[in-house]
Amino acid sequence: MGWYERIRDIDRRWIFLFMSVAVIVPLLYTIEFPEFPTPMVRDTFKVIENLHPGSKVLMSFDYDPASEPELQPMATAWLRHCAEREIKVIIMALWPIGQDMARDTITEVTRDLDERAKGGGPKTPWVYGENYVNLGYKSGGQGVINVVLTDFEKFYPVDTTNRPLSSLPIMKNVKSLRDVELIINISAGQPGLKEWVQFGADPAGVAIIGGSTAVQSPLLYPYYPRQLSGLLGGLKAAAEYEQLLGDKYPQYSDISQNKGRIRMGAQAIAHLVIMLFIVVGNVTYFVERSRGKRR
Amino acid sequence: MLVKRTIPLLITGIVGAVLIFSKLFPAAESLGEDFSIYFDIIAVFAFVLGGGNLVKIHADKIYKQAKGWGYSVVCVVGFFATLIIGLTKMHNPEGIAGDLSAQGSYFQLIYAFIFKPLAATMFALLAFYVASASYRAFRAKNLEATVLLVSAFIILLGRTFIGTWLSFWTPHGEGFGIPQLAEWIMNYPNLAGQRAIMIGIALGIVSTSLKIILGVDRGYLGTDSD
Repeated sequence: MGWYERIRDIDRRWIFLFMSVAVIVPLLYTIEFPEFPTPMVRDTFKVIENLHPGSKVLMSFDYDPASEPELQPMATAWLRHCAEREIKVIIMALWPIGQDMARDTITEVTRDLDERAKGGGPKTPWVYGENYVNLGYKSGGQGVINVVLTDFEKFYPVDTTNRPLSSLPIMKNVKSLRDVELIINISAGQPGLKEWVQFGADPAGVAIIGGSTAVQSPLLYPYYPRQLSGLLGGLKAAAEYEQLLGDKYPQYSDISQNKGRIRMGAQAIAHLVIMLFIVVGNVTYFVERSRGKRR
Repeated sequence: MLVKRTIPLLITGIVGAVLIFSKLFPAAESLGEDFSIYFDIIAVFAFVLGGGNLVKIHADKIYKQAKGWGYSVVCVVGFFATLIIGLTKMHNPEGIAGDLSAQGSYFQLIYAFIFKPLAATMFALLAFYVASASYRAFRAKNLEATVLLVSAFIILLGRTFIGTWLSFWTPHGEGFGIPQLAEWIMNYPNLAGQRAIMIGIALGIVSTSLKIILGVDRGYLGTDSD
């Protein structure tokens, strides 16, 4: 058996072992690589930066734990950004588990803000019902978007804490989707960003930005930049956004607070390993082919 | 015939037509919204049907002791345990009227310590299959495969720091380096392809929807023997 045959017929468990090491080691040792934000990520960042304090945005969590590693860093970064800019956030979900993903994100951001408050501050506390609200999950996919387009209370008479929407200060002057300044959607499939553009943002005439998994983002490129003001595609874009946020707000520059940048180290090495496998696979293929021709 | 065919066809036709008209005429907008709310009610029945179907299939497998019936036992036990804990809001600090996923409730513990790690594990396994498949199948066998391979390589490089580092002819993050080339591939060849696919799909959806609304396509009603 020739050397190339041994490599060609390598047991797949060796490949799995390489991949495991490539992912686990960078995560254990927090290997960090520099991020250079692309224009699309910069545009997305600018959308939030350009909102004035007190603006109201709708944030929909349309993903589940399967895509959490890619999408959670985006959600956290956006919520932190909104909290820093004193932007009020109305949170909802079109995926059943999205409500839990939202709650986890809120817990993380609130914990950070509370810890900082002990040491002097944010300027104003981040209060439930005033600065943010969680409306929770409703089934119906784009049907829910269709209804909130004209009236939130038709689908959401109460929030997740059973408080009527009309009693919440954040919902004052917000009857429908048309009354928010921006829609932010983090999605891993359907219903997701595409449905929010088609059934929500476009008919309401409201700007929309969103984040999706790396696999999904090519499907969303046709909507950018006219219908989608910003798009974050995959973990790389999340890490770039975290970089921008850390540069602008130094309280978020520490890598231990940025899961996207931590995970990006592992992803970069994993990409390298995959590329290495592709090269080796092609070398064995061409050696095999040239030997076959010679015979 | 009336119950099995005519009434479902009428419901489909009316609902479909109303939803179209609700987009065209503002006066019919609220009717479209009402139908969307009715969908929420129908979804409740779908949950019951889905749950019932799941139990039926797995109970059958357990009864016949078919291959892998042990997994079906886990599935059925998991289903009923989650259902009972969820319905009774067991150990929910906010009581029966509280949020289903309140911190500390057993339902929340199931989510945090069983569902979440399992879902993440399933997705994470993809990385291993991608690595294995890239080694065995991603070969430059012909021109098309080579173009795909080169594009994938550029995208992979462009999505990591290596792409920036290898772009020695341009300052980091500026000019036209490998990351920008990756962006170009996404913004032009990918975009053109995606648009063509989307327009094709949209036309297909329009024609299928019209056929369903007008009662030409009745496949969704099943056959008479069903």
